[in-house]
Amino acid sequence: MKMYVAETEKSVKNIVVDDMILTTDMPTSAGSRMLDGYMSLFEAQAVTKLKEAGYTVYAKANTGEFNLDLLGETSYYGAVEADGKLTTAAAQAVKTGETMAAVTLEVNGSGARAAALSGLVYVKPTYGTVSRFGTIPAVCSGETVSVTAADAATAKEVLWAIKGHDDKDGTSLPQEKCVADEVKEIKKVAIAKSLAAGEDAAKLEAVKAKLTAQGVEVVEIDAGELLLAKPAWNILMSAELCNNVSKYDGVKYGYRTPNYTDLDQLYTNSRTEAFGYLTKSTVLFGSETLSEANYYKVYDKAQRIRRVISEYLMKTFGEFDAVLGLVSSKSEYTLAQAQENKYIAYDESLYIAPAMITGIPVVVTGGVQLMGAPLTEAALLALAETL
Amino acid sequence: MKYETVIGLEVHVELATKSKIFCSCSAEFGAEQNDHVCPACSGMPGMLPIVNKRVVDLGMTAGMMLNCDINRVTTFDKKSYYYPDLPNAYQTTQWFSPICVNGRVDIETSKGPKSIRIKQIHMEEDAGKLVHDDWTDTTLVDFNRTSVPLIEIVSQPDISSAEEAIAYLERLRDLLRFAKVSDCRWEQGSMRCDVNLSIRPEGSDVLGVRTEMKNMNSLSAITRAIKYEIARHTRALETGCEELVQETRRWDDNEGKSYAMRNKETAGDYRYFPDPNIMPVVIDDEWLDRIEKSLPELPEVKRARYIDEMGLSEYDADILASSRALCDVFEDALAVCGNAKETANWIITECMQVLNKKKMTADMLAISGTSLGQLIKLVMEDKVSRPNAKRILAAMFENDIPDVEAYAKQSGFIVSNDTSFIENIVKEVIAADPKSVADFKGGKEKALMALFGKCMKQLKGNANPQVLREILIAEINKI
Repeated sequence: MKMYVAETEKSVKNIVVDDMILTTDMPTSAGSRMLDGYMSLFEAQAVTKLKEAGYTVYAKANTGEFNLDLLGETSYYGAVEADGKLTTAAAQAVKTGETMAAVTLEVNGSGARAAALSGLVYVKPTYGTVSRFGTIPAVCSGETVSVTAADAATAKEVLWAIKGHDDKDGTSLPQEKCVADEVKEIKKVAIAKSLAAGEDAAKLEAVKAKLTAQGVEVVEIDAGELLLAKPAWNILMSAELCNNVSKYDGVKYGYRTPNYTDLDQLYTNSRTEAFGYLTKSTVLFGSETLSEANYYKVYDKAQRIRRVISEYLMKTFGEFDAVLGLVSSKSEYTLAQAQENKYIAYDESLYIAPAMITGIPVVVTGGVQLMGAPLTEAALLALAETL
Repeated sequence: MKYETVIGLEVHVELATKSKIFCSCSAEFGAEQNDHVCPACSGMPGMLPIVNKRVVDLGMTAGMMLNCDINRVTTFDKKSYYYPDLPNAYQTTQWFSPICVNGRVDIETSKGPKSIRIKQIHMEEDAGKLVHDDWTDTTLVDFNRTSVPLIEIVSQPDISSAEEAIAYLERLRDLLRFAKVSDCRWEQGSMRCDVNLSIRPEGSDVLGVRTEMKNMNSLSAITRAIKYEIARHTRALETGCEELVQETRRWDDNEGKSYAMRNKETAGDYRYFPDPNIMPVVIDDEWLDRIEKSLPELPEVKRARYIDEMGLSEYDADILASSRALCDVFEDALAVCGNAKETANWIITECMQVLNKKKMTADMLAISGTSLGQLIKLVMEDKVSRPNAKRILAAMFENDIPDVEAYAKQSGFIVSNDTSFIENIVKEVIAADPKSVADFKGGKEKALMALFGKCMKQLKGNANPQVLREILIAEINKI
């Protein structure tokens, strides 16, 4: 299940990081044959901060290729199944108690989905509060280093260990914002009907009941605007990924095909042989969306939608302390389902897209997600602790 | 039919920063291959770009020198293309909101004055360099130049001849060097030029088919290339011997011909989009003011001031105003010693002599003007003799000498005012050379010079020549 184990003694505070987070004592492959066995010269800021706080980063969890997929099914190293159900290596390591927490790079929702389906607590903090230095770039405008743990208190402890301003990341927020942990009491929560349809609707009802019992007012809102997030996110994701993986050409590092007689063949065959179908599709789609003919028709529109959704959410958070929704349409997935529907990750990003595209914090608990205004992850986690 | 030429130039200038645009690697030219390389500028995954503020400073400075408007919010964008010298497979540049727009450069040609409008100036990173080895038939990549900061200055198609193009490029080079934006050395590739050219019937307002010649790196080659292309376009239009197409051409200066590289159909689609890892750079009033205050006087303004206010000759003023380094040393030295003519002489004669010996150009004059001023003052006050002052000047080229008088004292270069000491030396010299004394008394003026020279040597040059001469004559007369 897990790919690499560092040559360190396990301690009481063991952390697993995923295959998008660079370490210098274990290879980092982004779940891709392209980076099979790639050893970085430097480690991620998140890893440095974990070590400084006394955690042991002892193993690296397998991911889907560039973390674009549903639940790790596109990994070059194989998918992870538990009781016949698809899950991620990171979530499984937490679920089995092998690690106290997993630190992963959330790109397209696989971290949130795995936590929801495994009954774990997950937090994707506000964009810019954890440095992305030393993470393999996939979708830089949204991807965020996130934490999965068995309970909210542990998730918070580990998240606060990796938060902080970093001069090596130009999108890093000022220190006081990064570590803001003011907990405003959550009194009013909205259920976004646009994100409430799915097999796990019962989980939503359960959380609603618990909240109501605590005296939290729960109101249903349409939130149809949030449905725009998915297509916009798909466009931005493909555009950025296409650009970010262009540099993997088999020349300086990474996989190189043995089948070539000239430079063009070296590039083409290396990429053809090393990238999986989802990466290839995403590259083609992204290349098309960024082309001169389509930029204003497609990419630029997606950026405008990003702003519209941001404005809508900020308005909503003026009225509600959190917005509740599902994380996936089904309550479980098999490997066969994921392989059958090759673009299932594009479809299922419906639920996580609003948070990915705007950078707002998300906490997953009880199989559902709580979205909050920027920098309210402490409040969301505090609420999650009571659920 | 008579035709007129329409030329627009895109000029790349490497900025004079110590480090690269997005990492802390040295941007210096001439290092061992791949010495100035880190995970960021060699495209290793996981590094993030951090904008070098100095690059923005110099971008603004260039814009102000060329009368541009400065965009107060300026962004960086990614330009995607594959090439082995581009380790990220994209170049970070400015596409949507360049730092400077709408500028102007005034030129002077045989046809009189003219203004060339500047469309925009944008900041970007340079690519690496491919080194071809014919012997082993291999190509190697040198990443030292990767991510070295550049600005690209894009003119409007306002240029109508090779002469105007050269006048524009020379003026551009003068202004940018004066503002210390770049050393603008064609031969080191820190200044390069793309020429966009088309021709059309005289008086027409429709542009003809445009061709672009990339990476031109000398003024003479640019002149030849423009003349060749004008002739080729004219011939094509007049005889129909070839169909002009919009394309990029390569100029072969040895053969004196241009060759088609790629046309519109095969041109790359660069898929520009904003770089999400670089936040927009916001230029506030304080930043703008700071750069505005740091702008130098234009060379022609300095020249006029040197002549009108300081009384220098046109010749001296021309030389000084040709280089910012000379002007800086001149003005700093003048502030200390107060004598413009003397200061100009020291720079134009003595300093240039040392520079020539060291095979350095005027721009490389790096001595402290304040120290030079102190030295000139000591000479003017007869505290240090000229020959010894030259020795001190030579020492200034090796090490910084902040207190010149202390240095002169320590090195035994202070002129002696002790006349009895001088008299004793003179007596010794006279006693040892009765022949010269006799010759002088017999009317040979030259003999006095020989004695004078011997005395000066004994005194290590530390005597006022006038005083020494008087004492020498007095002592001889006593005999």
